[in-house]
Amino acid sequence: MKKLLMLMAVALLPLTALADSDNKYGGENRGKPLLPKQINAKWQEECGACHIAYAPGLLPADSWRKLMSGLDQHFGTDAALATNENRAITEFLVKNESNRWRAKSAPLRITESAWFKAKHGTHEIAPDVWKRASIKSPANCQACHLEAAQADFNEHRIKIPK
Amino acid sequence: MKKTGIISAIALSAIFTFSAPLMAAENTILESYRAAARQENPAFKDFSSTRGQAFHTAKSGDLSCASCHTENIKAHGKHATTGKDILPLAPSANPDRFADAAKVEKWFKRNCNDVLKRACTAQEKGDFIAYTLSVK
Repeated sequence: MKKLLMLMAVALLPLTALADSDNKYGGENRGKPLLPKQINAKWQEECGACHIAYAPGLLPADSWRKLMSGLDQHFGTDAALATNENRAITEFLVKNESNRWRAKSAPLRITESAWFKAKHGTHEIAPDVWKRASIKSPANCQACHLEAAQADFNEHRIKIPK
Repeated sequence: MKKTGIISAIALSAIFTFSAPLMAAENTILESYRAAARQENPAFKDFSSTRGQAFHTAKSGDLSCASCHTENIKAHGKHATTGKDILPLAPSANPDRFADAAKVEKWFKRNCNDVLKRACTAQEKGDFIAYTLSVK
């Protein structure tokens, strides 16, 4: 039995290797596409009330579950929703989670993910740029990604404000 | 007896007919807070737009309602943290305000918790709505 298991493990090795090559950003990669064709109107309305409605493909399902279960203390703000609305929005987020996230991690902040950090390193953006009044915070995607609200982060449509 | 009954019925329907347009002009959500305020406090008299205005600008810690909604509630506001644009609070400038009871309750709950770290009373909510309605 032990031998058989060993054999199986060896046989599976190439598969594991393949998965690893797919392991961009240590497995913390955003999804493609970020947004499904069919979007949920409640997600758009509720999440978009205080900030852009961040696309579900930006985080894995576990992140969305954690985030949606703690909305009464949402980054220092009470953003609580009615139970049925919460359920519908969570379902939409979870169903359309990042399809390229392989890691077990589930950060609450999009800016904590490895892909975000890699794309926004100091070699690209000097630390003081983030502090500009026109940008304020790395959570303010649309300050530079003009079409961020439509989940369009194409680098040809970036304009860093003064 | 029968006659007075009929007369008072006519009188009542006359009052109803005449007061109906006036009632329609009132904010129904404000009226439901009036009922809640009576429940909350048997000595409740009325809402006050002056008190509502003072409530709007009163700071609790770093925040007041005006921190995001600005002092001029006919103007656009700006979210204190995210910087997102907020549509005007005064129904005279934004007719969608105070038109959906569930939405009003949702935001009172959230914002009272954020600013005051507690729920608002029906008196406070009513004063506040009365203030927003008074700004023409």
